[in-house]
Amino acid sequence: MMNNTLILDAIERYRNGEMSPQEITLFEELRKNNPEIDQLAAEHNFFLSELDKLSDLKAFRHNLNEVESKLANEGIISHKKESRKAKMIYLWNRYRRTIAVAASIAGIVSISTVTIVSTYSEKKKVDVITPLVDTKLNQFENKLKQIETKLNDASVAAKQPVKPKLEANFRATGFLMDGNGYIITNAHVITDARNIIVENKKGEQFFAKALYVDKVTDLAILKISDTSFRKVTNLPYTFPKSPTELGEHIFTLGYPREEIVYGEGYLSAKSGYSGDTTSYQISISVNPGNSGGPVINKNGEIIGVISSKETNADGVVFAIKSKNIYNAIKELKNDEPIKLPSVNSLKGLDRVTQIQKLEDFVYMVKGN
Amino acid sequence: MLEGLAANETDAIETIYRENYGMIQAFIVKNNGYPEDARDIFQEAMIVLFEKTKLNSFVLSCQIKTYLYSVCRRLWLKRLQQQNRYFPDVEMLKETVPVENEIEAHEKQAADFNLLEEALGKIGEPCKSILEAYYIQKKSMPDIAAAFGYTNADNAKTQKYKCLLRLKKIFFAQYKNGE
Repeated sequence: MMNNTLILDAIERYRNGEMSPQEITLFEELRKNNPEIDQLAAEHNFFLSELDKLSDLKAFRHNLNEVESKLANEGIISHKKESRKAKMIYLWNRYRRTIAVAASIAGIVSISTVTIVSTYSEKKKVDVITPLVDTKLNQFENKLKQIETKLNDASVAAKQPVKPKLEANFRATGFLMDGNGYIITNAHVITDARNIIVENKKGEQFFAKALYVDKVTDLAILKISDTSFRKVTNLPYTFPKSPTELGEHIFTLGYPREEIVYGEGYLSAKSGYSGDTTSYQISISVNPGNSGGPVINKNGEIIGVISSKETNADGVVFAIKSKNIYNAIKELKNDEPIKLPSVNSLKGLDRVTQIQKLEDFVYMVKGN
Repeated sequence: MLEGLAANETDAIETIYRENYGMIQAFIVKNNGYPEDARDIFQEAMIVLFEKTKLNSFVLSCQIKTYLYSVCRRLWLKRLQQQNRYFPDVEMLKETVPVENEIEAHEKQAADFNLLEEALGKIGEPCKSILEAYYIQKKSMPDIAAAFGYTNADNAKTQKYKCLLRLKKIFFAQYKNGE
């Protein structure tokens, strides 16, 4: 121990330039001839330089803080102890001009999340908004499905239409907007999806491909590419271009589970997240999987497409106004013109009948 | 200016603050942050710059403004990602310089300092205070001997080395684990 202490002292004095020339020569020779001491010296040197740096850093931090508080007193740097409220006002003022932009960006973000794994790892999500795609199709559920399919295959293979076999890792909703197999859903649902499958209430599955994806409006148009798909001629609903009034009752159909689920609510605001005028705020109970579902008013008109909900508030859901669907079709410029249905055959019917007429055209959108 | 910074002169620090802080705060507030975040990030960027000026190989190939902006931008992006917050990809108009290496070095250094401070916390008193007084606050041995009640500087020195050995032991145990 004593020996060690002496060596340490020697190293430090050497380092600080406190040795006489004679001592220096002796010390350097000692290091040269004694690898153990040399190593100790190297290690200690490193350690001392870390301590030195820490010392410098502390002094520097001290000065930084001093300068900072001086400038804060002069008002050049804003004070740290603002109340939360003051901060909100401050922020509001700060953001006011860019809020529209921010809102649309927020939209894009919520959307772009669905590509599940990849996006979650990117962690670029606005945390107040949750896209409503069910990405938790966990292994257990998959297993069940596998067993189910196996059973189906074994017993009723003859009756069942051929199902594309594929492990889905997301599930959402979409619905027909043109009987030729054009389905509208959310862009965030299918971004980065390699395979897309749509399944109707009867359990018939079809491959589909994305024709149009707009991350800004969060709309996507899919086309069923399977030849087994038969054209639908009489879609019962229409898409109004004019805005809907506050308080109007609305309902939706979607696939938060493997089975179609009905939900109802009302229109609570004419703008969406942070004043986004391309969407509505609706009050309805939805879950992951409802993304891309239709928002239907009492006359059977589809006024919007469900896209996301606010994470921290219950029943605050955002739906893209149906007007955007028209724009999407215009932008797509498809070779085969897409025609939205023009005759509404749901008006005046009671809800149960409306649903019966509707539900065949609401599809589960899944894939990987 | 940079020499002043390297020498830890408040005048230099103040000038850099006056010339650059506003820009950084505007950037951070515009990109999802509070002014407090701006203060944090700016301080950290100043430390990165400070550490850089200490290197023998130090050359700043661009303006201080550009450098600080680049570092702050990178640091802020990192922090947003860590907090799972969204980073709007704006403000690309200003030119930036690559600073990844420096930030990485800075983080490594910060981790080392953490270890060191943790080790200091573990050795107990009076060791901690003696070592801090000597190595961090750079007080002289006779002063320390007087302050801690040792009869002479040599006794204090012996005590200091004993403490230092313990500190090193704890530090290197952790340090080597971490590698």
